[in-house]
Amino acid sequence: MTLLSVIAHLAAAFVLPPLLLGVIQRTKARVAGRRGAPLLQPCYDLVKLFRKDRVLSRTTTWVFLAGPAVAVATATLAALLVPFGEPAAPLAFQGDLVLYAYLFGLGRFFTIAAALDTGSSFEGMGGAREATFSALAEPALFLALLVLVSLREDLSLSGLVGSGTGTLWATAAAPMALACVGLFIVLLAENSRIPFDDPTTHLELTMIHEVMVLDHGGPLLGAALLGAAQKLFVQGALLVRIIVPLPDGPPLSSWAAFLASMLALGVGIGVVESTMARLRLRQIPMLLIAASLLSAFGIVLVVR
Amino acid sequence: MSAALAVAGITLAALSGFPGLAVRRDHPAGDRAAALLLGLAAICAAAASALVVSGTPDAPLALPWLVLGERVTVGVDGLSAFFLLPALGFPFLASVYSLAYYSAADRPRSARRLRLALGFLTAGLGTVVIARHGFAFLAGWEVMALAAFFSITAEDEREEVRRAGFVYLACTRASTLALIGAFAWLHAATGRLTLDAVPEIESAASTAIFALAGIGFALKAGAVPLHLWLPGAHANAPSHVSAVLSGVLIKVGIYGIVRFASLLPPLPVAGGAGILALGAASAVLGVAYALGQHELKRLLAYHSIENIGIILMGVGVGLVGRSLGYREIEILGLGGALLHVWNHALFKGLLFLAAGSVIHATGTGEIDALGGQARRLPRTALFFCVGAVAICGLPPLNGFVSELLVCLGLLHASVSLHGSERLIAVIAIPTLALVGGLAAACFAKVFGSVFLGEARTPAAASGHEAPRAMLWPMAALALACIAIGVAPQLVLHSLGAALHSFDPELAASGPALAEVAPFGLVSAAAAALLAGAAAVAALVARRPARRGPTWDCGYAAPSPRMQYTASSFASGLVDLFRWALWTELHATGIAGTFPGPARLSTHLPDPVLDRMILPAARWLARASIWLRWLQRGHLHSYVLYILITVIVALLVARGEFR
Repeated sequence: MTLLSVIAHLAAAFVLPPLLLGVIQRTKARVAGRRGAPLLQPCYDLVKLFRKDRVLSRTTTWVFLAGPAVAVATATLAALLVPFGEPAAPLAFQGDLVLYAYLFGLGRFFTIAAALDTGSSFEGMGGAREATFSALAEPALFLALLVLVSLREDLSLSGLVGSGTGTLWATAAAPMALACVGLFIVLLAENSRIPFDDPTTHLELTMIHEVMVLDHGGPLLGAALLGAAQKLFVQGALLVRIIVPLPDGPPLSSWAAFLASMLALGVGIGVVESTMARLRLRQIPMLLIAASLLSAFGIVLVVR
Repeated sequence: MSAALAVAGITLAALSGFPGLAVRRDHPAGDRAAALLLGLAAICAAAASALVVSGTPDAPLALPWLVLGERVTVGVDGLSAFFLLPALGFPFLASVYSLAYYSAADRPRSARRLRLALGFLTAGLGTVVIARHGFAFLAGWEVMALAAFFSITAEDEREEVRRAGFVYLACTRASTLALIGAFAWLHAATGRLTLDAVPEIESAASTAIFALAGIGFALKAGAVPLHLWLPGAHANAPSHVSAVLSGVLIKVGIYGIVRFASLLPPLPVAGGAGILALGAASAVLGVAYALGQHELKRLLAYHSIENIGIILMGVGVGLVGRSLGYREIEILGLGGALLHVWNHALFKGLLFLAAGSVIHATGTGEIDALGGQARRLPRTALFFCVGAVAICGLPPLNGFVSELLVCLGLLHASVSLHGSERLIAVIAIPTLALVGGLAAACFAKVFGSVFLGEARTPAAASGHEAPRAMLWPMAALALACIAIGVAPQLVLHSLGAALHSFDPELAASGPALAEVAPFGLVSAAAAALLAGAAAVAALVARRPARRGPTWDCGYAAPSPRMQYTASSFASGLVDLFRWALWTELHATGIAGTFPGPARLSTHLPDPVLDRMILPAARWLARASIWLRWLQRGHLHSYVLYILITVIVALLVARGEFR
């Protein structure tokens, strides 16, 4: 791991997430028959938000600021654990998948706390939903990763998805497919995408992430949105690295393959969002439990 | 030397309540003297632990008593030292806290008695962990158990306190009974009562002793379904006593399990797997009960059950590893469990003390009556936040380090083991993840509802910051949580010494703890996380800020009562766990064209105590009315019963009835 590749990795963790959002939005627009906003629109929005002044509620405390700050910090650190365009991530150790999962837990804790800090009942509702659904998503995530752990007998994310996933698809396609479906459901749930939540409805009650940041404005909202985009990107990158074995060769070609597959993931999410309706709130836990069960079947196939 | 230091510390602790007897009952000198003596006791314990951890060889200290032909001895090995430090250090912090929280001037009626009880509780705890002989162990256990009863019932003018005290007393008697049985069996099987490694013993006897002792220790530790005394006792004791109960008293149960596992030859795999299953059940049900609670301290008490569950999961997977000869699993599982013992003492103690300051400031612990305390008690809120993040096992604090070790032990087990053991480990990992998610939801609820938002009642609006004597102990605990989280290398030596005295073979042939635990990179990640969050916060807060009302989708006249309540926050998850919790819902329906006022209240009785034990006890009391003629109220008839029982027991023991 050279210094250059660490810098490239970090830069990717900040620059590419808004672009992924742009891809999703463009896909949705195209499917709906519109031309759509430029791919860079989310980036422009972030720059605009970071240049604004702040308006804070009189009810809030330091926790309100901690929410977005911790969200960005945790998502960035989690990005360092997942390999992007290279065989290994900048930070890897035995058991780093636990750190990966718990980092998002920390970000979520402070996002919910920041929502409750405003004393608004809307944001309390959003926080309650986030807490409920993520508690169910956590075992689903671990079960999906356990399929890989059992197959590869390694406990670091770089070891699990870094290289050689191609041979796994040849020898154990069924458990891998089940784990990938489980991870994809977790990805949609954790990032409040359709069918769990509609990120474009800003003033309705059936919202999770967007409602928690209702009172955040200016640079605080910018940080919250950046953190959320990074989270989507990192979790998507993990999924992509499982599904798509990167070609052996110069870093340039593997980066190109990674970027192409991330583009495909963005299009995929966009298509899901265009073709599906949001689930009713009561059905969400069932989908998450179904994700756990799919991965559990995968483990049964591996462990036997 | 270290044994003598420990005995000196225990003596000082036992004496700590006595100077107060010499002054007027509302005079502050008694409080100060108690804190001073407990401080000296803590220093003795720290010195004794440091000597042991630094590797100074130490012979056990023989006391001048003979029991069943053996000298009663005490000694400090790595495992004892690991538990001695919190056992004597923690009550010191509690006593400093009580200078303001439970001062003699405010509570002349009970402060003096509580000081005495706390001193004896500390001495009993210390004796249990350094005992090398069954008699010293049981004597310390009894002193601890009874002193804990008097500490819990300090405010015995309240009915629910007396009730909780009696439930505790019944449980602790049952626990002692089981332990006496275990020691008697040990004596029958090996001919001695000393707590030294048993070289050979029939495996059936070994399993029976471990099971019997395990019941006694699990009752004390509060593992589901033997947790029935724990929530009531923690909720009704004064907050600093709750901190001691949760921080060290229930950990003595863990100490006992680990000590007995270390004495006896490796158990069959099913033993470790059983402890793992018990731990998983305690963890999930503990956190699920906690989610449904409405009272701050009762909620924290249920989280103690959850954390005891996590500790038992670590112990269980460690013992499985030991039985099958996988050193790495043994080190990670037991190391994680032991570290979680310390960590839980730190963050749960911190949370109970912070809850105490909220109750001190507002007079209520009802979560839905509070709110907005972060602006009234800013320091307490910060400390509570540290404790909440730590207890959820989130980085960069200490809870993450120990949960990571336990999880790594399970992950290794899921990779290296075969057959049913592998399956158990595979099931345990998502269970641990679920517990983490639920705990985070629960503490987001508590922290948000109590400290954030607006005050929901006038009592909550009158809150004020805690006095300095209460803030310092909290600050010390919070710093320790951060220190272990950011630099887990600090505990490497203590933990290593404890593991080596648990299983001497680990010292001889196992890998070092530092080799299997990724402490260096965890530490780097924690530091990076803190620095990163601070940098982003500084960057975001650079722009000038205006203050206004909460936007709230443009609704202009919100009242504090419109805030989302803690009960509503948890209701989604509580509904999902209804099959295990049996929540009671009391609602008056809304009917008619112009409906009158409606009410809704939920109540979550303890499934074991309120739904099983108490009805069974009432039935038993009714069914045994005809036995009342035995209860004459005359002392001499009770002595006669005892005499008859002893004679019958002797005859049975001599085989007369065979």
